[in-house]
Amino acid sequence: MLTIILAFACVVPLIYILLYIIEAGVTKINWNFLTNIPKPVGETGGGIVNGLVGSVIIILVASIIAIPIGILTGVYLSENRKSLLAYWCRLCVDILQGVPSIVIGIVAYFWLVKPLGGFSALSGSVALSIMMLPIVVRSTEETLKLLPDSLKEAAFALGMPFHRVILKVIVPCGISGILSGAILSVARIAGETAPLLFTAFGNPYLTTNITKPMQSLPLLIFNYATSPYNDWKDLAWGASVILLVFVLLLNIFTKLITRRWKIQL
Amino acid sequence: MDTPIKNDKITLSATSLGVIDSGKNAGSGALYRKALGRPMRQIRAENFFKRTLVLMGLIMVILVFGILLTLIVQSIPSIKALGVKYLWGRTWDPVQDIYGAFPFLLGTLLTSFLALIISVPFSIAVAIFLGEYYPKGWLSDFLKNTVELIAAVPSVIYGFWGLAVLVPIVRSFETKIGVDPIGVGIFTSSLILAVMIIPYAASLGRSVIQMVPSSLKEGAYALGATRWEVIRSVILPYTKSGLFAGILLSLGRALGETMAVTMVIGNTSQLPKSIFAPGNTMASVIANEFTEADKAVYLSALIELGLVLFLVTTVINMIGKRVISRFTNE
Repeated sequence: MLTIILAFACVVPLIYILLYIIEAGVTKINWNFLTNIPKPVGETGGGIVNGLVGSVIIILVASIIAIPIGILTGVYLSENRKSLLAYWCRLCVDILQGVPSIVIGIVAYFWLVKPLGGFSALSGSVALSIMMLPIVVRSTEETLKLLPDSLKEAAFALGMPFHRVILKVIVPCGISGILSGAILSVARIAGETAPLLFTAFGNPYLTTNITKPMQSLPLLIFNYATSPYNDWKDLAWGASVILLVFVLLLNIFTKLITRRWKIQL
Repeated sequence: MDTPIKNDKITLSATSLGVIDSGKNAGSGALYRKALGRPMRQIRAENFFKRTLVLMGLIMVILVFGILLTLIVQSIPSIKALGVKYLWGRTWDPVQDIYGAFPFLLGTLLTSFLALIISVPFSIAVAIFLGEYYPKGWLSDFLKNTVELIAAVPSVIYGFWGLAVLVPIVRSFETKIGVDPIGVGIFTSSLILAVMIIPYAASLGRSVIQMVPSSLKEGAYALGATRWEVIRSVILPYTKSGLFAGILLSLGRALGETMAVTMVIGNTSQLPKSIFAPGNTMASVIANEFTEADKAVYLSALIELGLVLFLVTTVINMIGKRVISRFTNE
C-alpha cells in the first residue's frame, strides 16, 4: 500500500508543474507575443520572436551536424561489434552521455568562441550537437541490432556492395527507429540552457546570423525568470509554455513510434 | 567481425558478374567499359564508405579525449598557481585573488545527497510498482509514461517553477521551524533535484526488477510468502546491485545539473552553515561567474571545477554502467 502511495506521489509534482505553468503562461500567448521582440523594462507588451527564431535556427544547425554523424557512428558500431575501436567508441559514447551540460559549454567556448573571437549561435549549435550525439548513436545502434541478419545476407547475396546494403536496405528498414532517436535527441536538447550560456549567449534583438550571438527560448526563460520585473517574468511564463508543450509533444511522439518498434532507448 | 569477409566475397562475385556481362556486350566498346568500370567504382565507393564509418567511430573517441584535454590544458594555470589546496580552501574571493573550492564541493555534495535521500523511496516505489505489482495495464502505462515525462521537462523550467512556487513554500516552512526565512538555498535545490532524478533510478530499477527469475518468486509464493515478503526477501536482495547502480546513475545526473540549481540555490560563495542556507554548487558557480571572470587564474579556477565535475561524473557513470551490464549479463 505504501509502495502505491509513494509511486503515485511522483506524479503529483509533474502534474502540478504542468498545470501551474500552463495556467501562468497560456494567457500571455497571443499574436503580438509571437511576433514581437521583447520591449524594454516599463513598457508593456512585447514578445519572444527572437527566442523562437533563435531556438529553431540553433536546433536546426545542431541537428544538421549531429544526426548524420550520429547515424553513421551507430552503423559503425552495429557493423563492428567486437573491434577494439568499437569498444573505445562505445565507451566514449557512454562517457559523453554523462558529461554535465555545463562542461560541454566550457569546451565549446574554447573550441569555437575564443578562436572565432566572439559569442555565436554556431558555437551553441556545436555544443548542443555534442549532447545530441550519444542519443542518436545509441538509438541507431539499438535499432539496427534488432534487424534480422537475413535481411543483410539476402542483400549481399544479390551482389550489392557494402555501402548500398547499408544505405539502401539496412538504414531504410530501421528508419523509424533511427528517426525517433533523432527526434528524442532534439527533445532532450531543446530545453538545454547551460551549454548556451557561454556560446550563443543571448541577444535582445531578432537575428538570423549564426555567427552572431543569438537568443534562444531556454536562455530567454533563464534571463527573464531571474529578472526582478514582472513584465519580463510574464514573457518568461509564456515562453515556458511554448517550450514545455514543444518538448512534451516531441517526447510523446517518439514514445508512440518506439512503442511500435519496441526499442529501449 | 564477420561482415568484412562477407564483403570480400560479394565484391568478388560482383566483379565476375561484370566480366560475364561485358562478355555478352563485347560488341559495344562503351558498354564494355561501363560494365568493367562499375565494379572498380563500387569497390572504391565501398572502401570510401568503410573508411568514413571508421572515421566516425574515431571522431567519438577524439571528441571525448578532446574534451578532457581542453579542460586539463585550460586549468593548468590554476593548478600551477593554486596547487592541490585549491580543493579545500574555504574562501572564494576573486577580487582579492583567493580561490578555494571547498564551499562549492560541499554545496554540490549536500544538494546531491539530500536529493538522493529524498528521491530514493519514491523511485524504488515506482520501480517495485511497475516491475512487480502491475507490470501491465493502463494504470502502469500511465505511471510509466508520466515518470518518463518528468525527465523530459527542461531544467530551466523546473528552476522557474521552483522560484515561483517552491521558494515561498520553503520560506513559510522555514519560518515555522525557526531558521532564517530565505527561501532559496540548498534545501530548495535538493527538493527540485529530487523530482528531476526520480525517473532515472525508477526506470533502471524497473528493468532490473523485471529480470528476477520467476522461479525464485514462485518458489517463495509456494512457501506461503506474502507479496510484501517476496519483495523484501527475494526481489530486493536479488536486485540489490542493480538498484544501487540506478541510484548511482541518478547521483551522476544530480551532480552535473546546472540550471534549476542555479536559479534556486541563492548563489553565495560563503560556506553553507546549514541545509537551509544559500550556497553554490560547482556547476552553478561556473554558470554564474564564467562570463565575468576577468583574470586568467579566475577563469582557470572555474575550469578546474569543470574538470573535477567531469571526472567525478564520468567515474560515477562508468561504475554505474558496469554494475548494470554485469547484472544484465548474469
